[in-house]
Amino acid sequence: MVNTKTSFETETPVSRGNLQRMLRNSRKLLFPLAALILILIGNWLISPNFFNVRIVDGRMLGSIVDIFNRGAPTVILAVGMTLVIATKGIDLSVGAVIAICGAVAAVLIDQTELSPFIVIAISIGAGVLCGLWNGVLVAVFDIQPFIATLILMVVGRGIAQLITAGQIAIFNNPTLEFVGKGVVLGLPFPIILSALVLILVYLMVRRTAIGLLIESVGSNDRASYYAGIDARAIKLFVYVISGVCAAIAGLIITADIRGADANNAGLWLELDAVLAVVIGGTLLTGGRFYLGLSVIGALIIQSIQTGIFVSGLPPTFNLIVQAVVILLILFLQSEEFRRPFTRLFMRMRKQS
Amino acid sequence: MRSRIFPLIATFIVFAVLYLIGWQRFPAFGTTRVIANFLTDKSFLGIAAVGMTFVIIAGGIDLSVGSVVAFTGVFCALAIGSLGMHPVIAFAVVLVIGATFGASMGAVIHYFKIPAFIVTLAGMFLARGGAFVLSQESIPIEHPFFADVSSLYYLFPDRGRLSVIAVLFLITLFVGIILAHFTRFGRNVYALGGNSTAALLLGVPVGRTTISVYMLSSVLATLAGIVYTLYTRSGYPRAAIGLELDAIAAVVIGGTLLTGGVGFVAGTFVGVAIQGVIQTYITFDGTLNSWWTKIVIGLLLFFFIALQKFLTSYRGNFFVLRRRRAAVAPAEGTS
Amino acid sequence: MPLIPALALIKAQGFRGWEYGQEVIDRSAALTESQENRLPLLQTQKLTKIFGNTHALASVDFNLYAGEIHALLGENGAGKSTLIKLITGVYRKDGGTILLEGKPIEPQSPRDAQTYGISAVYQEINLVPTLSVAENIFLGRQPTRFGFIDMRRVNAQAKALLQTYHLDIDVTRTLSTYSVAIQQIIAIARGVSMSAKVLILDEPTASLDAREVQMLFEVMRSLTARGLGIILITHFLDQVYQISDRITVLRNGEKVSEHLTRELPKRQLISDMLGREFAEIAEAGETATATMSEGAFLHAHGIARKGMLHPFDLNIAKGEIVGLAGLLGSGRTEAAQLLFGIYRSDGGEMMVKGKTITLKSPRDAVRQGFAMCPEDRKVEGIIPELSVRENIIVALQAKQGWFKYLPYAKQEAIAQEMIAALRIVTPDSSSPVSELSGGNQQKVILARWLASQPEFLILDEPTRGIDVGAHAEIINIIKRLCSEGLALLVISSELSEVVDYSNRVVVMRDRQKLTELTGDDINETTVMHAIAEK
Repeated sequence: MVNTKTSFETETPVSRGNLQRMLRNSRKLLFPLAALILILIGNWLISPNFFNVRIVDGRMLGSIVDIFNRGAPTVILAVGMTLVIATKGIDLSVGAVIAICGAVAAVLIDQTELSPFIVIAISIGAGVLCGLWNGVLVAVFDIQPFIATLILMVVGRGIAQLITAGQIAIFNNPTLEFVGKGVVLGLPFPIILSALVLILVYLMVRRTAIGLLIESVGSNDRASYYAGIDARAIKLFVYVISGVCAAIAGLIITADIRGADANNAGLWLELDAVLAVVIGGTLLTGGRFYLGLSVIGALIIQSIQTGIFVSGLPPTFNLIVQAVVILLILFLQSEEFRRPFTRLFMRMRKQS
Repeated sequence: MRSRIFPLIATFIVFAVLYLIGWQRFPAFGTTRVIANFLTDKSFLGIAAVGMTFVIIAGGIDLSVGSVVAFTGVFCALAIGSLGMHPVIAFAVVLVIGATFGASMGAVIHYFKIPAFIVTLAGMFLARGGAFVLSQESIPIEHPFFADVSSLYYLFPDRGRLSVIAVLFLITLFVGIILAHFTRFGRNVYALGGNSTAALLLGVPVGRTTISVYMLSSVLATLAGIVYTLYTRSGYPRAAIGLELDAIAAVVIGGTLLTGGVGFVAGTFVGVAIQGVIQTYITFDGTLNSWWTKIVIGLLLFFFIALQKFLTSYRGNFFVLRRRRAAVAPAEGTS
Repeated sequence: MPLIPALALIKAQGFRGWEYGQEVIDRSAALTESQENRLPLLQTQKLTKIFGNTHALASVDFNLYAGEIHALLGENGAGKSTLIKLITGVYRKDGGTILLEGKPIEPQSPRDAQTYGISAVYQEINLVPTLSVAENIFLGRQPTRFGFIDMRRVNAQAKALLQTYHLDIDVTRTLSTYSVAIQQIIAIARGVSMSAKVLILDEPTASLDAREVQMLFEVMRSLTARGLGIILITHFLDQVYQISDRITVLRNGEKVSEHLTRELPKRQLISDMLGREFAEIAEAGETATATMSEGAFLHAHGIARKGMLHPFDLNIAKGEIVGLAGLLGSGRTEAAQLLFGIYRSDGGEMMVKGKTITLKSPRDAVRQGFAMCPEDRKVEGIIPELSVRENIIVALQAKQGWFKYLPYAKQEAIAQEMIAALRIVTPDSSSPVSELSGGNQQKVILARWLASQPEFLILDEPTRGIDVGAHAEIINIIKRLCSEGLALLVISSELSEVVDYSNRVVVMRDRQKLTELTGDDINETTVMHAIAEK
């Protein structure tokens, strides 16, 4: 009997569904996690003291800590990028936004008497504005995401240059430096910050309906519109979040080098972020997204880079290795690529 | 009026206005010296942009061109400097590498149905990474051929020098125009970008055309790299970062529709010229930060994308057939 | 005959592709002669196509003779487009044979079919809108000189070709600047000039005005005079009688009948299409038992949209089922889309419980307590990557907003209740909805809207393409919902169904409301009369 007025208070056993959901997700988890572990083992083979952690002056040191520390900006970007890609979008401007927000922070702290906390807030506000710009172009003007965000990618570094007047803006402020260099409970602050961003965004999308609505819009935006979802607002939201994440990453990078380099801050980081998300299993065609797996993807990228570094190979191999990894993953995701192999596999199974 | 020309007219107006502003403030704008210098300075951007025009008309994008330019430079510098190859042979070899590279990207895009911007993004990594692996430093090239080339030019009466690379740019432009408008390949590219399903049904060899377009783009990017090498007489792995964005901007400002199907190689030339005018103005002015170039170009890019969006969605008889769309009866289901 | 001189001109210019039927067949003679003696131009024998476990086309025999216009009719899902796609090589057949001039063919692709002499022009014209008219006609076969395209000749030949269709236009202009009618003729001209034996026209008149339709019909007649066979798919029955020589009706993937047009009365045609005999329906079936109550819930007056729907009125009360009857293309789906805010109405007004409202989007409609199960389940209904549970609660969640998140336990409770109540067959509530069968997907969408606790529910073809068991269940659910006080608007091609559960039946044709039947007037005969008669 269908009763549309039921208050749905009946408790049904949910443990079974939960378990199945976990199993389903754990299968997804397997591939990136195994990749990360393999790469870490590889690193360990190359350099046997890879996992050693020393504590010097109450601060943990070691390659493994380094991966989390250096990878923090990519992790944060990947969190924002995951949401954008889940809506079938992409944000190519995050590198430029890093430069803008870094420049804003560095110039304000150096040339004004503002409290560092206000400076940080203004810098994040700049990230919100950048995200709004992208979001309006995509959601309101209905411009293809990669083209819409390309505009800011072109202009952004110019804006950052203007803010820093073409110089590398150097500053000296312990509070702002803390964002990049501080230590909390023995851990570098960027690690804490990236964990905080992950947890906050996770709570924001998974403890509200936003995550479900994002997945719905990314999976079938027409049906979502018919179901009464405000797809426009959802898209605006994800680009703003991406802008905020880029601003935070920009603050870390700027604080770390105590200066804003409009030319090189965040250069190519948008690609690292996209790659991290794709490794994490979120499809470029939108739909289901996995924040945690994107973070693992970002750590994989950082581990490769750190691995190249500890192996003594010149860091110039970074780009090639990354390109090969991205291509391999794209191939594995492409049905057209898999088809001949699947057929071969089926034939072999039939024969045996 | 043929509405597909409308963006091109807007481009010409923007160019004319900018040029007149420049001329009014700096009378030197009118000399062949400035014009010839522009042709030389912007030759590598222009050549790459011609290739990009084809890709965008076909409905794709190529983000790898800047990296291909850098790779070409480093490869040539090493081949000439360390291997002792003659520059012409080095150029031939690198053109073959470029063609293979572009064809592979095209094949991946076509056969594996992976979005072009992601594939060419990986290509961008690969080419730039390749350049870095070959060398991390700028390598100067010392070869008499280079001196010969740069001593070869046509001198205008008022001392403007039309260099070899400027001529190469003009030839590329001319060939590009012919290829786009007067060959079956060119028309197939337009058809592919206009409506790929229809193009397939009308008998366009979609796969071959896609692969050829990306091959053409990479070959022209390689040629741009050769020109860049001739221009700077060195190979540098960090060269031409962001060139792809300038090229895309030139193409879009030049009246080519980012969604494909409509565009003009000649318009791309005007798009490059607009960038040249802005840069020349900023150089002449001397007080403006050179980064204003990027910002102004970005704003123009935005303006033209907005214009395209407006034309494609609000003008009934432009590219979207609103009447056809509005009057559709419910589509036949899964019968 | 203006055709011949122009033809000679084209032939003189070396234009190839006019190798159509050599002899011009006397049309009237061809039709009066006993057809069985003549070899059909195109023939299918026991043609079968299976998708999953449904027969999209079951053993269909279809005959097209040279020089005739053969209308292929049927409602959505009847199998018309499957048949066409098999003939043009878009799909591969699962059984039977296709014969062209008596010889079996197996077209592998539309291009392949074209080399046999079969071309199709679809409603969404498959030309490149951004190229010029001339280029569209000659794409891939442009005359060249020294390897370069000779644009002058391309344009001259295109102009000459179109003049044989009495079309004197500037062929250098972009295709999209011309009306759909002209584009259609250009597409036909291209198809015929490449190979000319069989021409398939799929809903060619859907967006043409009366004058343009006549222009197209003239072109069609001149083509049949040249010996072509034309297959016409359309939902405008008047046009069928005006232009066609023969009619084949399909229903549920099977051939129902084949008649010469002049021997088939319109009422008979409609009953063939809808699968009911006029005579068979003796008296009205039991009318719905639901009780009208609480006065009007929705009052819509004069809602309309240019090109979609003429001004349309509807009143509906809670606990009432209104059936919306009419053939495909009658405006029934469009009416639902305007009522649900998917398209904005150009005029008129809507009142809910006496208060005037405006709908800018489905979201506004949902807030008013509206719900709609759309016709196209795949594109407009299911959200394929999400689970059954999420698909069920998504509308309720959208209604509640971003921050009032339904806890997992509650989602699961709703999903389980719906799965049980609608007997949705699924391994569990977390399975992706894309793994379910069509009927179950339909139930999931129904469940989605029931979970949102609507007061007014629109069902557009709720029983299309689902198996018999699920069919009966959905009918029962509809009746039950009504007795629980919902206002229901149901669109269906199944007249027996509509008659069975409706308190009132609104009949539509040509994008407007024809009449409204109530009480004892509701039976299949009256509804069918209303659809058929002017």
